Amino acid sequence: MNVSRSTSFQLDWIAVIIFTGLVIFGYFNILSASNTGEFISYFDITKPYGKQLIFILGSLLLISFILSIEAKFYERFASILYIGSMLSLIGLFIVGKQINGATSWYSFGGLTLQPSEFAKFATALALAKYISDLQTNIKETKDQIRAGILVALPAVLILLQNDAGSTLVFGSLFFVFYREGIPQYYLLFGVCLIILGISTLKFSAIATSGVIAAVLVFYQFFFKRKKKKLKGIIAIFICSIFLTFGVQWAYNEVLQKHQQDRIGLWLRLEKDPLKLQAMKRNISYNLNESEKAIRSGGAFGKGFMDGTRTKGKFVPEQHTDYIFSTVGEEWGFFGSTIVVLLFVLLILRIVYLAEQHKSQFSRIYGYGVASILFAHFLINIGMVMGLIPTIGIPLPFFSYGGSGLWAFTILVFIFLKLDSNRLNVW
Amino acid sequence: MRKVLLFGIVILTGACFIGRLFYLQIYESSAYDLNNDNAIRKVFHYPKRGYIYDRNDSLLVANQPSYDVMVIPREVETIDTIMFCDLLKIEKHDFLKYYNRAKRYSPRLPSVLLPHLSKEDYAFLSEKLRKFKGFYIQKRSVRDYQTSIGANVLGYIAEANSKDIKKDAYYRLGDLIGKQGVEVSYEKTLRGVKGVKYIQKDIYNRDIGAYKEGAFDTLPIPGKDLNITIDSELQAYGELLMQNKIGGIVAIEPSSGEILSLVSAPSYNPNLLVGRQRSKNYTKLYLDSIHRPLIDKGLVRMHEPGSPFKVLVALTALEEKVISTNTSLFCSGQYVYGKNKRTMQCHCGGGYRNLDSAISYSCNSYFAMAFRNNIEKYDNSSKSMDKWSDHIKSFGLGSFLGNDLSVGKKGNIPDGNYYDKWYPEFQWGATTIISNSIGQGEILVTPIQLANMTAAIANKGFYFTPHIIKSIENEQIDSNFNSPKQTTIDPKYYEPIIEGMHNVYNKGTASFLKVPGIEICGKTGTAENFTKVDGVRQQLTDHSIFIAFAPKENPKIAIAVLVENGRYGARWAGRVASLMIEKYIKGEVSLKRMEKLVVEKSLEDEYLKPYSGKPFKINDQ
Repeated sequence: MNVSRSTSFQLDWIAVIIFTGLVIFGYFNILSASNTGEFISYFDITKPYGKQLIFILGSLLLISFILSIEAKFYERFASILYIGSMLSLIGLFIVGKQINGATSWYSFGGLTLQPSEFAKFATALALAKYISDLQTNIKETKDQIRAGILVALPAVLILLQNDAGSTLVFGSLFFVFYREGIPQYYLLFGVCLIILGISTLKFSAIATSGVIAAVLVFYQFFFKRKKKKLKGIIAIFICSIFLTFGVQWAYNEVLQKHQQDRIGLWLRLEKDPLKLQAMKRNISYNLNESEKAIRSGGAFGKGFMDGTRTKGKFVPEQHTDYIFSTVGEEWGFFGSTIVVLLFVLLILRIVYLAEQHKSQFSRIYGYGVASILFAHFLINIGMVMGLIPTIGIPLPFFSYGGSGLWAFTILVFIFLKLDSNRLNVW
Repeated sequence: MRKVLLFGIVILTGACFIGRLFYLQIYESSAYDLNNDNAIRKVFHYPKRGYIYDRNDSLLVANQPSYDVMVIPREVETIDTIMFCDLLKIEKHDFLKYYNRAKRYSPRLPSVLLPHLSKEDYAFLSEKLRKFKGFYIQKRSVRDYQTSIGANVLGYIAEANSKDIKKDAYYRLGDLIGKQGVEVSYEKTLRGVKGVKYIQKDIYNRDIGAYKEGAFDTLPIPGKDLNITIDSELQAYGELLMQNKIGGIVAIEPSSGEILSLVSAPSYNPNLLVGRQRSKNYTKLYLDSIHRPLIDKGLVRMHEPGSPFKVLVALTALEEKVISTNTSLFCSGQYVYGKNKRTMQCHCGGGYRNLDSAISYSCNSYFAMAFRNNIEKYDNSSKSMDKWSDHIKSFGLGSFLGNDLSVGKKGNIPDGNYYDKWYPEFQWGATTIISNSIGQGEILVTPIQLANMTAAIANKGFYFTPHIIKSIENEQIDSNFNSPKQTTIDPKYYEPIIEGMHNVYNKGTASFLKVPGIEICGKTGTAENFTKVDGVRQQLTDHSIFIAFAPKENPKIAIAVLVENGRYGARWAGRVASLMIEKYIKGEVSLKRMEKLVVEKSLEDEYLKPYSGKPFKINDQ
């Protein structure tokens, strides 16, 4: 056994280096994307890049604070942190500040704080604590529901604040449940639901139902099995019908107009190419511009601070949600691929480290961290490149914003702290 | 499975993203092109177009400002079209026509919507233009002609058309390019190179500074001034003499090949092709199918040379030693040849003709004999003809001359092969093609070729390629123009010919055209010509042709004049030539009566004859 590692404080330097690389590269892209007017100083706090530098310094303080606390603290106080976080989300309904249509911010003078960002690590901690509890058996429906409520509570609160993007991130915690042993058919159900949903929107509910019926009939009559469960087949069929029409209803009645448009455009529901072009220009204006910026970067990009579309502010919200388009334009395929690879490596590294843990709490939390990072990575970069419908959430470590940077720093470094203690006997 | 699901999905996602990046940035994107980035505005700075001076440094062509309304169709937003049209003083359908043309060219690149705004319109419009997104004003420089002469020589500039743009990517729609005359032949010298500034735009189409601190910007390189060989006073005088006539004058300085004047009649004022009325005026000039003012007659009107060609026939015969200076012939008023006793009429008056008097009285019989001797020198007429043809071509006939003029015609000097093809089953001989001996038949020349031939005779055996360029600012002119081109005729044979040409003035067909104090050598010419009226070949009044050089010793000017349908050579072309020679050598004209006669003479009725629809007579019969 490695003595030094067992007795001392051992950070996983690979993760730390990737984290540092992403934050620094992110900072330079924010500098490029938000550099307007006269350049006074790197600490010019009227500009996003100046503020981001301060946020980065702040996150250094946070890191030293997190690492200096005893690892056990996080498990013990997980419930407290969770409750505090939920209270801060509820508090938004009373004194929240609305920005871009979402009531997700507390405002202190000039500074704003977004509690939903912090709710992510708090939920991950609470979930880890609950599932790792000796009395919990996640294979039981009762415990699944309780754990589900832990996740659903912040998700619903955030949805009510009109921040659908962040809500989706909580969905990624499904990976945690799955890893910890919920039955396989949950996954099957999830995959079916996605296929069903897309098919319904693309080809209409009736067509989808018809196809399901045909498949089930085929299955019933042509596959020989030991026991023919006609009732089961019928039940599946009825459920599917409900789900299909449910999806259609939700699309038409629950989703807001802009969400419908985004999904509609993604699925290419409009057939007329001219109208499609017009939709691209109008509805997904941001996406269109961001794709153009990325495309114009070519293989090696136009160079740092030399992106013409970045300079000309052609991509709205470029220093926040669309920061990846700056990478694409100025650093080209080469730079963008490195960023993608860094994210993939970081997430995989965290998953790997989590799997190494004997402590269930650390493993579950690690999985939670990886899932949350993955959700952001998938949704943000996928959106900026037009692979998934437009959903506004930040790219971890890259997008401008103090709450986001700090929340992701806490998320990752609590895990690294737990990891550094992995071999200590608790 | 439970352990690898997230692992797998993360890797899959990463692969998808890199695939998408590859698609967007490598597969779909062409190499980044600064010129094609709509975040970058290209602003061109047009250099000063070079000025044009004449040989005596008097300014002929300068520049003046002009204001063009530009449009970038993609940036145009809904506008009040009626108001905009009122501002521009155009009709709505015209506006739409121009706008759509610009859009077809490129929705993204700027095009000229309306060129050449007057200063007043510009002042009025520039205040209001802010309201119309996508439109702006570009100041440009257009030509300012300081003279009303020499339109055919100076040429004009106009907006480059799509053909020009295709040929040379330097030009964009709306750029000006030389279209005729010196403006074409020295386009690259005159225009310079436009400068370009790359300006970073923002999403609101505002300029936010130079792209990369102007690292790619270029400064305009101004066009070079040039002097042309034209003597503008002589040119103006030539145009005056040729008024109400169709034809051309080409005057060359034999000792250098410089073109002293290049008159094409009728001419037009070059200022007509500047400004907003340009296209109206152009159309008018273009559609004048009788006078064809846009055609440079001195360069492209091919015609039979007539009698001046006899001089070459004589030189060739001397060189080939088929006649000598003493060879003489009795002219009976006609030349009888061939088995069937065919005849060629002669108007020399008859009697004994030697070389000298044959030239001065333009005796057809004598040159028919000389030509026949020449072609019958060898057994094979084709071979003889080839040799003859080579001699003639050494005077620059039958070729483009390699000059620096934008247009020209080769003319035609037949050789043996030419007739072999024409008469494949028939052994042709000298008598078959005897008309060539008097400059008719298959011979075709342009006035500038005639003038060059005259210069070669004046120089006794060599010529310099005629050229229009005298000097270019800080640049050498084509060295080809400084090297003499030898003819194949021995210099000693020129003496008797020049003497004969001198006698044309002293006692011959041009004796009434003498200019006191100047020894002129010349040769008259008359060329039959035909047209088709309603599909029927009809003969028209002969062309009046004249060549001359002066003074006899150390010639300063060699000239060829063509007056279409002017009847015989001495009648109009000869007079014009004499007056031009006097004007050039003395600086003023003493033959006032002759001058008045020429200036006042109009041949308009002659030109209208074929269009009258009635039968007409020719040659004053």
